[in-house]
Formats: sequence, structure tokens, C-alpha cells
Amino acid sequence: MSKLSVFKRILKSGYLSFRRNDWLSMATIMIMTIALFIMGNMIFLGAFASTVLNGFESKIDVSVYFKQEATEDDIATIIKDVKSLPDVAEIRYVTKEDALARFKDLHKDNALILTALDEIGDNPLQASMNIRAQDPTKYGSISEFLRNKKYPMLDKINYFENQEVINRFGSILATVRGTGALALVILAFITILVTFNTIRLAIYTMREEVGIMRLVGASAWFVRGPFLVAGVLYGLIAAVAVMAVFFPITWAASPKLAILVPQFNLFAYFLNNFFLLLGVMSAVGILLGVFSSFIAIRKYLKV
Amino acid sequence: MIFFDNISKIYNHTSSSVALKNVTLKIQPKEFVSIVGSSGAGKTTLLKLLLREEEPTKGKIFLDGLEVTSVKKDDLHHVRRRIGTVFQDYKLLSTKTAYENVAFAMEAAGRSDETIEEDVPQVLEIVGLADKKDNFPHQLSGGEKQRVAIARALVNRPNVILADEPTGNLDPVSTWEIIKLFQKINEFGTTILFASHNKDVVDAIEKRVVVFDKGEIVSDKEKGKYDV
Repeated sequence: MSKLSVFKRILKSGYLSFRRNDWLSMATIMIMTIALFIMGNMIFLGAFASTVLNGFESKIDVSVYFKQEATEDDIATIIKDVKSLPDVAEIRYVTKEDALARFKDLHKDNALILTALDEIGDNPLQASMNIRAQDPTKYGSISEFLRNKKYPMLDKINYFENQEVINRFGSILATVRGTGALALVILAFITILVTFNTIRLAIYTMREEVGIMRLVGASAWFVRGPFLVAGVLYGLIAAVAVMAVFFPITWAASPKLAILVPQFNLFAYFLNNFFLLLGVMSAVGILLGVFSSFIAIRKYLKV
Repeated sequence: MIFFDNISKIYNHTSSSVALKNVTLKIQPKEFVSIVGSSGAGKTTLLKLLLREEEPTKGKIFLDGLEVTSVKKDDLHHVRRRIGTVFQDYKLLSTKTAYENVAFAMEAAGRSDETIEEDVPQVLEIVGLADKKDNFPHQLSGGEKQRVAIARALVNRPNVILADEPTGNLDPVSTWEIIKLFQKINEFGTTILFASHNKDVVDAIEKRVVVFDKGEIVSDKEKGKYDV
């Protein structure tokens, strides 16, 4: 008999077995759905945390102040040099006039300060350059670069004053990310364990049948095949179920989360990554289903 | 064609539960051999060893010249396909219909769908269950289940059929129907190894009777009677 025909036989048998053991199949799928649901939540949490952390990270920056006498050319040269650094992500140049306008706006309700300003006459504020790095750990090297260049028109680099805060922030971010990764690993492990044991229980209830099939002369693969097919079906259906469950949940939770962190739109994230998420859930579900079935049945095949 | 060569089976080495002791038995093709003895005499163990459901503590078993006891575990299914087995507890697959149970034996042996569609209805007809082919085991009586088991044992046309107390759970009428069936099968040339502790059945068959007691053969007569 051709391999294809045997394969078709196994597929049919697996599907039939899955359909006929409907209570068992339902129970197994439900538990796998819950397990995948937990995993899905971890993914969303990860995306959420990533947005929040990146948000914080983007707020870290270094400001460099130019002397009053600096000309546009001087400033342009310095800006060009800094832009050429590979670690620099973004530069914002604030002119003296912009700085003054901002200051006035900030203190518009403070008559005393405004009057004092008028008294001084000239613009006492300096032009400044706001530097954002790709990676918060690079601020040190960027600032060192500027300091070593000894630009005559550069007055102050505020990194060195905020150094400790910036470094501490960087390490907090790293710790949070590390802890998050660890939590993900632990939960993934739990997901795998729960799924494996559920399928192991399902196969345990079929142990006699497995033995009978062997005694009647079926090869190990002929017996094992349908169970693997069932494992695939469990994983696939659980994945689809989870995505269906997440639809209303992300839709409802999204506005509530947006109050906390406006930059993160959960529902949009879910929709935009829908097929990717479905793919990941299916792959995990199927792999778990198949491997669990494979390992669980080994003991009962030894007849 | 079946040769048990000085077989011993001890189940628990510390408490020495001896199931079979130095059993040597030769069975020729087309024979109908009844294996009798009280419960625990070793009848079922003998059949289990031939199927390698258990391993002998000592000795060898040959089937058509092939040393069954030395076949690798992974290849056992090839040997088992050559033996049709009817178990005392039927051992039917509960999630398959009568038809599917019988067909399974053929599918496991790699037979084509066409052959299966031809042979399974035929063999169900032989055991008288053609009208119950779509029933599940729980929808069949004990006698009917046993007949499905016999159909399954027959369908791959094995040279040997092992039957372990096939009428143990049946009423007298079903019992005789099953015995007649076995006799018919034997007439067609299949060797039958029949374990039973039903005196009337064994006496009525009037063929070779091997008597076991406490794991040993105590008598082996050509036209034997149940004489334990």
C-alpha cells in the first residue's frame, strides 16, 4: 500500500477519533485554549510594556547649550559633527529666540519673571541642542566626544549633571525587561506543562485501545498517527478559539488601557498583528499538541 | 508449525509464581488443539507468550520456522498479523463500529480499500453479523461482540487462530454457535489453538486435548477428553 494511502488512512482515522471522543476532545481543547490565552496575554503585556518602556526611554535626552556669542555657522558645524555620530538618533536645535518664546510661555502667569526679563532687555537665554541616542547607554560616549572636542562655542553639556539619573534609569529599564523575559519563560513553561499533561490524560484514557491495536498487528506508527493528527486538530482549534476570544476582550480593554498609556492601542495592535498572532498561536498549539501526543503515547505502544 | 521449546514463565521471582514450567509442545498445521486446565493452570499465559504479549523466562517459541521469541519488539506487528487472536474479553475498539473493528485488522496489515470493502462484509456474513455492521461494541451483546472478534481474527486469512476462552462469557446457545464456527474455520485449513475450561465444549469437539496443571502438561491425547 502506498505511503500516501496509509497517510490518508491515518488522517481519516485521526479525524474520526477526534470527532467520536467529543467530550474528551472538547475538554482537551478548552484547556489548551486557556493555556494559549495565558500565552497571548503575555504577548500583549510584552507589547504594552515595550511601548511604555520605550516611551520612557525616548524621554531621556542630553541637552547641549551654546555660548551667547556663538554664530549660526559655529552651531551648524557642531550640529553636523554630532549628526555624524552613529549612536545619535535625533537632534533638535532650539534657537535663542525659540528658547525665549518658550520661557515666556512657561512663565506667562508669573508677572515678576516677565518684568525681570524686560528689565534685562537682551535675550539671556542660550541656544541649545537636544540630542537623543539610539540607546541610553550611549549618552556617556556622546557626551565625552563633545567634551573632548573642546568646542569653544559649547558652554554646557547637561549629561554630566544628570549622569547618575540617566544611568540608573538605564539599569531600571534593563531590569524590567529582564524580569519580563523571565516571567515570559516561566509562563511559557507552565503553558507547555499544562497542555502536555492534559493530552497525556486524554491518551491515558485510550491506553487499552492502543494496546489492542498493537496486539492485532498494527505498527507503532499506524497506532500513533491518528493521535498525532488529533493533537494537530486540538492545537489548531484551540488557536482559533483563543483568537476569537481575544477579539471582544481586546476591543473592550483597549479604551481602558488607553487611559493609562495613551500611546498603546491594544485593539489596534491585535488587529494589525492578527495573522501573525494567529500564526504563532497555531504553531505553538500544533507543536504542543503533536509533541505531547507523541511522548504520551510511547508507554502504551510497548505491548 | 507452532513449537513451544521448553518454555517457562515465572511472574515474580521472589514469590515464585510459576505460570509455566518446562513446557514443550508441537502443533501441526490444520490441527484443532484444545488446551484445558483449571484457572491458573497456564493456558492464557501460553497464548500470550506466542503473541509476545509476555516474554518467556526461559525457552523459545517458533511459528512456521520463525523464532518468535527473538523478533525485535519493533517488528512484532508483522508476526501478530499472521496470527488471528480471539480474546476472552473481546478486546474490541470501543470507538469503532463492528465493521470498522474488523476492517482495522486489514488496515493495519496494509490491505487496499477495495480488498477491505470486499472481505469485511463477507467475513461478517460468515459470523452472522452482517446486519449489525454499524453497531458499536456497547450496542452488541456478549455473543455478538465475540463474533466480531472472530471476524476480525479471520479477516486477514491467518494460518493460525488463537482463541482464549472464547465462549467464557457466553450463554449455551451462543457458545455452540461459536464452536461450530471454529470447527468450520478449521475445516478450511486453519490451525486452531483453543484454550478453555468448558468441559462439554472440549469433549464435543473430539480433537486433540492438551491438559495443563500448575503450569505443566500432564496429558496430551489425540482424541482427548476434558480430564483434569
